[in-house]
Amino acid sequence: MSALIAAEGLHKAYGPTVALGGADLIVHAGEIVSVMGPSGSGKSTLLHCAAGLTVPDAGRVAYAGRELSRMSDVERSALRRREFGFVFQFGQLVPELTALQNVALPLRLDGVSRRTAERRATGWLDRLGLADKARARPGELSGGQQQRVAVARALVADPKVIFTDEPTGALDSIAGERVMEMLTSAARETGAAVVLVTHDARVAAYADRSIVVRDGRSSERAGVR
Amino acid sequence: MTIATAFLALLEERPQHGYDLKRAYDQHFGLDRPLHYGQVYTTLAKLLRNGLVSVDGVEGAGGPDRKRYTITDAGVTDIQRWLDEPEKPDQYLQSTLYAKVVGALLTGRSAAAVLDVQREEHLVAMRELTRRKQGGDLADRIICDRALFHLDADLRWLEHTATLLDELAAELRGTKE
Repeated sequence: MSALIAAEGLHKAYGPTVALGGADLIVHAGEIVSVMGPSGSGKSTLLHCAAGLTVPDAGRVAYAGRELSRMSDVERSALRRREFGFVFQFGQLVPELTALQNVALPLRLDGVSRRTAERRATGWLDRLGLADKARARPGELSGGQQQRVAVARALVADPKVIFTDEPTGALDSIAGERVMEMLTSAARETGAAVVLVTHDARVAAYADRSIVVRDGRSSERAGVR
Repeated sequence: MTIATAFLALLEERPQHGYDLKRAYDQHFGLDRPLHYGQVYTTLAKLLRNGLVSVDGVEGAGGPDRKRYTITDAGVTDIQRWLDEPEKPDQYLQSTLYAKVVGALLTGRSAAAVLDVQREEHLVAMRELTRRKQGGDLADRIICDRALFHLDADLRWLEHTATLLDELAAELRGTKE
């Protein structure tokens, strides 16, 4: 089976600090892969490179066989909008917009009519147990509810891959579990792959397999199972 | 927790027949190891002999499975004593994994590789428990959580130890000289 995402031999330095020193990440369609490692190991940089948010200094990243480095900025941006969803730890919702408007946002940015975008957003809010919070603004929601809104927003455009970095990092363990269960079950139902960066093994256990990043190198390269 | 203690707890809730006790035990305490009927009746006989339960009534045509058992005052005291006594925390001082790390370092092999293999083994176990937890009821979830938290603690020790391998190797070399 050919990889949906193939990131190979990635190097990235920020000034004198080497974040990645030859890391690989292979993700197949519909697969949930966790990327583990201690703080500062380079796991977030690996996610950013694989998602086309950061350009590596060396190495290649291909999505469905197409190299990201050969795409224009406009093409990469469209790819991220249409094929990828993102869930981060903090500050991803627009505070002035309601939950419904936040979830509909990726569709609106892609030119979908407000009526259609909000209908699809409502469907995801229902599915994630937030039907009664559609008109609430992020400041009126708990941390767990905000993360579920973020998950709904990541899924609304029917992405092929969801990139998520410490999605439960700011939540208590019960709220974190709820977010992980909803994220992974929704991804399995829709067939989306998930790249899940976490330092928490209990979160990583929701994945089909794990790779470990240490000192900028990943276990896929190091040959660990 | 012994089967006898579990039966006392179940009988303090309400008087029950042997068959009901077995079902309740399997549901709440048995996990993947259901009781045999032989264990049910030998346990009840021992509890009767020790005065911790009594027969509350006999229904139908008789036979041991038609007896309804109830807890005695002595049985209630026994349960209270059990609940009041804290469990001794495990000490975790005898670690095969630590022995393997030292063994690898002493013989010039890769201790990091030992830890890598173990990490994957732990993660596989955690993924299985997480799947089981997702398909289970609240009792299943809480039981799986206990195992997951312990495995997580092991993994943290493993990551911590991975950062100390060079230091440990140097110390071991020092003790050898």
